[in-house]
Amino acid sequence: MITKRIIPCLDVKDGRVVKGVNFLGLADVSSPVKLAEYYSKCGADELVFYDITASAEGRALFTDILREVASKVFIPLTVGGGINTVDDFARVLNCGADKVSVNSGAIRNPDLIPAAAKRYGSQCVVISADVKRVDGQFHVFAKGGREDTGMEAISWIKRCVDSGAGEVVLNSIDTDGVKGGFDLEMLEAVCDVVSVPVIASGGAGKIEDFVTLFKVLPKVDAGLAASIFHFGEVEICDLKQVLRDNDIIVRL
Amino acid sequence: MIAIIDYGVGNLFSLSHSLTSIGAEVEVTGDAEKILSADHVILPGVGAFGDAAAKLRETGLDDVVKEVAAKGVPVMGICLGMQLLLDKSFEFGEHAGLGLIPGEVRPISEVIPPDYKIPHIGWNALNVVRNHPIFRDIKPGDCVYFVHSYYGAKCPEVIATAEYGADLTAAVGRGNVVGCQFHPEKSGDVGLGILKAFCEWDGLDPLS
Repeated sequence: MITKRIIPCLDVKDGRVVKGVNFLGLADVSSPVKLAEYYSKCGADELVFYDITASAEGRALFTDILREVASKVFIPLTVGGGINTVDDFARVLNCGADKVSVNSGAIRNPDLIPAAAKRYGSQCVVISADVKRVDGQFHVFAKGGREDTGMEAISWIKRCVDSGAGEVVLNSIDTDGVKGGFDLEMLEAVCDVVSVPVIASGGAGKIEDFVTLFKVLPKVDAGLAASIFHFGEVEICDLKQVLRDNDIIVRL
Repeated sequence: MIAIIDYGVGNLFSLSHSLTSIGAEVEVTGDAEKILSADHVILPGVGAFGDAAAKLRETGLDDVVKEVAAKGVPVMGICLGMQLLLDKSFEFGEHAGLGLIPGEVRPISEVIPPDYKIPHIGWNALNVVRNHPIFRDIKPGDCVYFVHSYYGAKCPEVIATAEYGADLTAAVGRGNVVGCQFHPEKSGDVGLGILKAFCEWDGLDPLS
């Protein structure tokens, strides 16, 4: 049986992990390499690195770090942030990334996903969508969730998948940071229209939120979170044990 | 020295680093002499079967792989590299493979239930169906990482399967040639253990 995946997400700026990270026994909590090794040992099934750097220097530092992580941590790595062209795919894939997630780049340029899928295969192209309810409708937001594109989200995500995206990360802006659980209603709407893996993001506050996610929506393939892992509020090994105790198949 | 065959298909960064991390001496090469003098040979690959098979032929490396296999040198195909070891593929037309292990490559949609997602992406438990030296450290329930939409069908030499609505071929082995549908270089410590066992394998497979 295929296992449900647990994925920590690390925001990287100028080569360092930002957003509070609070680990006992980890000397350098902002080193992407140390954190990646730590999470890999704890049972993370995959890692997402999000480059939030704005400068070219920062971007070069990011690829150096990625190369170092990929030469030490042997689980799938997804990279997002600043992916606007097929050349950006090449830049991170050559440094050891396995998958590349696109967000604003795909909104600006509808040809990006088909072009990347044609060159690297759909398994390599992840559409990451920031979605929020506006007047009772799901809208796609751009620029890190700051700008309402006005586009209806579910049909837009379906178009991205139809044009070559092999996986969907759905970030609910409505539940993000609230720690009250994943946005099951929004996730179900996406699962109903796509046949590729769906990764839930935004809202996890405790272990039970992941149990609820996989019990209520068995079609969801993975749960992604950042701060609850970084602050040690949820330890991945404990989380996976509880999932298994609830008959959810995970890799231990 | 372990030769990773470079024929212009796919990204060999993780594979070469995973081997280096377990202490292997690695050379990523498309040079026939080097491949023929290697102690172990790995045939990687991602993408479409037809393109990869064509590139292997254009570079003349198809014959090199066959020659190295005939010498008894341990050979491992990974992912599309495993599929290339088989007789033929039905991915976008019909294409000939290397024919080192019997079998044909067919879409997983033919055997899995319609509500299962394609590609088969993620960690799946490995069911070892025949003991093989590369699985010396595998324990029941160990998971490895898969990414594929096609699988090895009609494979009498299957040595491991993965249950995904059907028992999909996860690994094949015949004599000194072995193939893994999953990515050992992306399968954490379990995958590194398989690569280490391969690097230390003499190419003899008593049960083959």
